[in-house]
Amino acid sequence: MNITRRHMLVLLPAAAIAWKHVLAGTPEASPNYTMSEHWWGMLIDLPNCIGCGNCVRACQTENEVPDGYFRTWVERYHVTDYDIENPHVDSPDGGKKGFPPAKEAGGKNFFVPKLCNHCADSPCTQVCPVGATFISPDGVVLVDKTYCLGCRYCVQACPYGCRFIHPKTLTAEKCTLCYHRITKGLTTACCEACPTGARQLADLKNPNDPIHEFLKTHNVQILKPYMATHSKVLYNDLDGSVR
Amino acid sequence: MPGVEGFMYPNEVELQWSVLIVLYPFLTGLVAGAFILASLERVFQVQAVKPTYRLALLTALAFLLVAPLPLQLHLGHPERSYEMYLTPHRTSAMAMFGFVYLWYLMAVLLLEIWLDYRRDIVVLSQSTTGWKRLIYRVMTLGSSNIDEHALAIDERVGWLVTLIGIPSAFLLHGYVGFIFGSVKANPWWSSPLMPVVFIFSAMVSGIALVMLIYMLVTWSRKEAIDMHCVDTVASYLFYTFIIDFSLEMLDLIHRIYESDESFRSLDFMVHTKLYMSHIVVQIMLGTVAPILLLALTQVLKLSEMARKRIYVLAGCLTLIGIFAMRWNVVIGGQLFSKSFLGYTTYKMGLITREGLLVAIVLMVLPLVILWVLVKLLPPWPEKSSGSLPDAAPAH
Repeated sequence: MNITRRHMLVLLPAAAIAWKHVLAGTPEASPNYTMSEHWWGMLIDLPNCIGCGNCVRACQTENEVPDGYFRTWVERYHVTDYDIENPHVDSPDGGKKGFPPAKEAGGKNFFVPKLCNHCADSPCTQVCPVGATFISPDGVVLVDKTYCLGCRYCVQACPYGCRFIHPKTLTAEKCTLCYHRITKGLTTACCEACPTGARQLADLKNPNDPIHEFLKTHNVQILKPYMATHSKVLYNDLDGSVR
Repeated sequence: MPGVEGFMYPNEVELQWSVLIVLYPFLTGLVAGAFILASLERVFQVQAVKPTYRLALLTALAFLLVAPLPLQLHLGHPERSYEMYLTPHRTSAMAMFGFVYLWYLMAVLLLEIWLDYRRDIVVLSQSTTGWKRLIYRVMTLGSSNIDEHALAIDERVGWLVTLIGIPSAFLLHGYVGFIFGSVKANPWWSSPLMPVVFIFSAMVSGIALVMLIYMLVTWSRKEAIDMHCVDTVASYLFYTFIIDFSLEMLDLIHRIYESDESFRSLDFMVHTKLYMSHIVVQIMLGTVAPILLLALTQVLKLSEMARKRIYVLAGCLTLIGIFAMRWNVVIGGQLFSKSFLGYTTYKMGLITREGLLVAIVLMVLPLVILWVLVKLLPPWPEKSSGSLPDAAPAH
């Protein structure tokens, strides 16, 4: 078949569109890193969290998160023994500067760090009208800022309140599990800054990762399991009142 | 934190969808409703509503042209919105917006209006002069054959387009309902009834709008209002409203009886932050009151003047009620935390990009467009607007 100039006029824009579609789902590259060998998640060992806010501060510095918005935050729960379904929760400035002494007496207090759950069946990815948010082959939910329309549908669809619109770029923002770090063999900024080891990056595909032993021997849960999002942020000793 | 009661996830404090996103389902609802009213005459042969037929089509077009504007103004990057056409994400309900919109605009509404007006356009392209002639000539799209046979084909194709248009109108608005109804993270939205409620509320609002515009325009032209027509339109409004209200009550009763984990939070919201807009404006003023008013006209033998006054009042209340319904869905669905432990407040700007002023302009704009369309394509019967001159059929 002879390709004429007329054919080229039709084919070139079609090829450009197809190529753009291919590129849209490609996360930033890193040498010597094979995406198919990993399946990332995070373990939050709740009894170890002391609510210091180091993780929030580290995340904000590492990822230049604007003030008032959070890729990760810490909540403090106060559950009374007479009304366990209605906990009192606070998170002043996302727990960035730690917490003031608890006012309520009685019951129990504990801290719950929150971040994107990097769901395997993420509602945010499902609803994005252009596929600007996607799940990378190594299991991290990412956003292509150069492609996002800023329609905010993903923010509405996230059951955990993990997304926001960046006030400058006007695109969707969220925890990337420090993708720029983990693909270079480092851990996330929040895990690195945690003084008690309450946050542990977990590679669920790596048989030598200690997460597997931990999962066998501990009571590990996920947030809002009824949402069926197949969350990959795993909480040890999660109280039933946490939502 | 100001405006926050209880605990909100920290990223939830700021509302994501503003009054512009309230306008979008309101406008598309008017489009779908107006079109369905028009289809009563065309497909279901309800001759009584014929005086509103063309006006309903032009109203649908005027509002449809404005419908994407609030979305564009709301996007963080409107310049990228064309990507929804180039690389639509197949699993996203919103990705279908562009296609549903274009289908409805190009394949249904514009085609039907063109087919219905083709004879008038050809005649006007021959009888007018200057720039008007040029506009009409362009609008003929080069098709100037208006002999009997050609007009019969127009009629047949127009009927077919209307037939396709009815499910398309349902799709246009049912789809908007699905965008909200399919968000499982939000119990205020997540309901399979949502698309159905949206469709019926759309029909209610569209019928009320066309009834009001017909009465207003006829009055302003100092013509007699065809009461048989208005009575029929009002009776359709009444019956559709009863179905719409029943569906909404079904949803409400189901929620109250089931009382799932979100109920306490939503119930508190309805009794506090949403009390005025939901209980007072939407249900009492915007639904129960117009239904009762319309019921009066069905049961009692009222004078023509009394019926006219009731129809105008009921129509206005209906539009206010349906707007409140959209408000309560869109804004209400963002006022509570997905933790069910707290509430935030919606602060509407005045002259910001998504503020009140822009919303008012977007509400008035379709009426301006409708005025232009009515001037360009008069929808009245020929005898009352000065008959269109006969033109020799072109060959």
